[in-house]
Amino acid sequence: MRVSVLEVKDLWVKYYTFSGIVSAVSGVSFNLRKGEMLAVVGESGSGKSTLGLALLNMVPKPGKIVKGEVLLGGVNVLKLTPEEIRKIRGSRLSMVFQDPFTTLDPLRKIVDQFEEFLLEHGFDKSKSRSIVKEYLEAVGLPERIMYSYPHQLSGGQKQRVSIAMAIALNPEVIIADEPTTALDVVVQKQIMDLIDYIKGKYGSSIILITHDLALALERADTVMVMYGGYIMEYADKKELLNNMKHPYTKALFEALPRITTRILPKSLPGYPPDLRSPPQGCIFHPRCEYATEECRLKRPVMIEVGKGHFVACHLYR
Amino acid sequence: MLELFKSNVAGKASRALLNASRIILGNKYILAGFIIVLVFVLMAILADFIAPYSPIEIVGPVLQPPSQKYLMGTDNLGRDVFSRTIYGSRVVLLTTAIAIALSGAIGTLLGLISGYIGGALDRVFSFIMDSIYAFPSLILAIALSVALGPSPINAAIAIAVVYIPTYFRMVRGQVLSIKNEPYIEIARALGIPSTRIVTRHILPHVGRTLMVVFSMNSADAILTEAALSFIGLTVQPPQPDWGFDLYKGRGFILTGYWWMMVFPGFCITLLAVGFALISEGVSTVISGGKR
Amino acid sequence: MGLARYIAIRALAIIPTVLILYTLVFIVLRVLPGNPVLAAIGTKNIPEEQLKELMKELGLDKPLYQQYFEYLYNFIRGDMGQSMIIRGRSIAGDIADKLPATIELSVWSIIFSLLIGIGLGYLGARAHSRVVKTAVRLTGSILFVIFIPALGLSLQLIFSKYLGLLPIGGRLSSVGLLKPITGLYTIDALIELKPLVFIDALQHLLLPAFTLGLVISGPYIRLTMNNIEEVLESKIIEAYRARGVREEKIFRHAFRHVLIPITTYTGLQFSLLMGGAVLTETTYNWPGIGTYLVDKVMYRDYTAIQAVVIIFAVIVGLTSLIVDILYALIDPRVRY
Repeated sequence: MRVSVLEVKDLWVKYYTFSGIVSAVSGVSFNLRKGEMLAVVGESGSGKSTLGLALLNMVPKPGKIVKGEVLLGGVNVLKLTPEEIRKIRGSRLSMVFQDPFTTLDPLRKIVDQFEEFLLEHGFDKSKSRSIVKEYLEAVGLPERIMYSYPHQLSGGQKQRVSIAMAIALNPEVIIADEPTTALDVVVQKQIMDLIDYIKGKYGSSIILITHDLALALERADTVMVMYGGYIMEYADKKELLNNMKHPYTKALFEALPRITTRILPKSLPGYPPDLRSPPQGCIFHPRCEYATEECRLKRPVMIEVGKGHFVACHLYR
Repeated sequence: MLELFKSNVAGKASRALLNASRIILGNKYILAGFIIVLVFVLMAILADFIAPYSPIEIVGPVLQPPSQKYLMGTDNLGRDVFSRTIYGSRVVLLTTAIAIALSGAIGTLLGLISGYIGGALDRVFSFIMDSIYAFPSLILAIALSVALGPSPINAAIAIAVVYIPTYFRMVRGQVLSIKNEPYIEIARALGIPSTRIVTRHILPHVGRTLMVVFSMNSADAILTEAALSFIGLTVQPPQPDWGFDLYKGRGFILTGYWWMMVFPGFCITLLAVGFALISEGVSTVISGGKR
Repeated sequence: MGLARYIAIRALAIIPTVLILYTLVFIVLRVLPGNPVLAAIGTKNIPEEQLKELMKELGLDKPLYQQYFEYLYNFIRGDMGQSMIIRGRSIAGDIADKLPATIELSVWSIIFSLLIGIGLGYLGARAHSRVVKTAVRLTGSILFVIFIPALGLSLQLIFSKYLGLLPIGGRLSSVGLLKPITGLYTIDALIELKPLVFIDALQHLLLPAFTLGLVISGPYIRLTMNNIEEVLESKIIEAYRARGVREEKIFRHAFRHVLIPITTYTGLQFSLLMGGAVLTETTYNWPGIGTYLVDKVMYRDYTAIQAVVIIFAVIVGLTSLIVDILYALIDPRVRY
């Protein structure tokens, strides 16, 4: 058993909007081990992106973390002062965002943004230039692009720059929020290969947030399926592939397009829940074909159905 | 048949009225602005009943400070400032109303034609309109008013010309975006005549935009009218006129006869604020109450 | 190299706009009034002989198209013709006299409006209370529709008449105080090392520049506020924060993004500023081309009015050029 680098305990995030309180993350707990890639899978609105931001204590207004702990090396990140958490962001917990087109500052050269980041974390001006070069090279970019502005780079190049910055301080955890969604298919594969390579080379633990179950099953070690802010199922990739339990996970799996069979992908009927007034009982029951009276009334708890395989469903009690 | 028609028209009218009142009452900016503008409109209409004296006759001693007899004092010729201020609303409102109606109609028409036909005509129109638009509107209005000769109707024409590009640009932009919608392309492919496409399918969409431009443009037009008055390019003395009365009052500041300028100046600003509030409300409503 | 070409292209683009406006003004002022000399004199009781002589002197007897091109040619050479009212008076000379005053007023007004607009807009964007936000936003809308002469005269009443703190109008207490070099008196006073004159010039400037600046600041308030709010919520800022960049630094970067729309708007704003300058100058007896224009309007001096209007067109064109260049310098995405 490898050591946990990140422990999340009973995390709750709510958005206090004008039209009501939205519960975006509801009682999420998990452990991330060193060198592990955890995929957080869910549709839009499942709370997966909010979860990512919550780990950095960066939930935007009107959102608020109402309960829970995020333990990084045993220290609760959510209890730190702003200056303490600032030092952790980017150095011990770093983030790669979905859209590299909107996350690099278009008004500043790559090198200026990169160097500023290093200097903010206490690096010496004399060393920073060589670190920039080193990590741009590590992600497969030529040195000269550091003098470019973001608009002069392609989407894939920009995402490589983001990744270079995310790994430069050798963080314990890298959170990658849909890192390939905004990119072309070919570039998607290159970026995922790069993330794999980084994982192997630097031993970083990675949280891959994605809507794509196939990508998760292909790349991750562990998969966590979220729906309406709740964890539905959590398991080792192999265990999940062989022993899929939760009706929602199954539905997602059946919705994947296949090349090997002639069976058409099956889409899940219905819509994601309105989180301002979530359904009673199991959050998934209105769309679940196995839903019983119990599902309508009682919220299921997480139970371990196999080694390290958890599921929140009344069917497996 | 006629009965049906009547009730139909009555129904439509009452529904429109209901809609309008719902919009006015539903937004506090629009309501506040509407009340301010309404007060001035009533003042203009009922001037004969409200004003205690004739606005152009000498009714007392000169330069009397505000008192019970002369609510806003008397001017340097011994005319009642209160009565002049009340009557002064007529010129501003009427001139601005004519100007906006003219520029709205012409701007919309040109915008529809230019946007719908496109091509070289559109480029020429747009270029001319953009040039006028970029130019200081007040200065152009002054030049036009001088050339046409000072009178309220000429001032209205001058203001109208200056604001045609405002309407033109908005309408043209709207037409261009609607023109490429699939349903318009289908209508064209079906051979429906252009005039019908424009009046039935494009004009209704433009109406909404027009309301926004209109609400934004009104305050501006009021200020331009007041500026032309200030320079003496609308009504001629001894007719009451806020802008020109303000200009005259300017000469009496050092001697301290403040009431000659404060009241007309305040009225101009308040009326413009009224329209600005309506505009604020309309843009709030349009943007879905977010801002 | 690239920038020089960009500037040259932008500069050339002004020409057709000015030409369109010249044509428009020519039509308006030479064609519409019929006989401009008669319109100016305002009477028809003038001997035919004398009228013809006047027309000839002003070049108004030639065919219209010839007048059109000759005027244009002369204008480019810096000759704007003669006043119709004061015979033999060169309009170009008058304008050269008055222009610096307008430039000085405009520059100070823009400084005031940026200070007020960005200051209040920043306050509104950073405020947590909705009431404050709404109040700031509303202030922006209302400031913008204040009638400049009404505000100006009220300020004169308070600060000049009753408090006696500031002069009521003009540019200097006494004309002999300065030998104009640039014509911008605040700068001239500094060049000539006359601190007291500098203060005097500033005192005269304060009310007019504040009046115009306050009114023009309205749109800046909203623009700054909306853009700061928008930028602070943007992904760029989120990414900076996730990288552990200090909030003060983030705010500085965000401000550059706000500067772009402000710069663009200043270009658009300039034509409003010029219109406002005419009213401000008239209100404060500020001897710029705005006051000159109004004077000439009162006397129906068509040739002078025409020249002033075209000068305004050129000024607006040049400002838009300057703004284009500034824009290119701030935003690296602009290609040149």
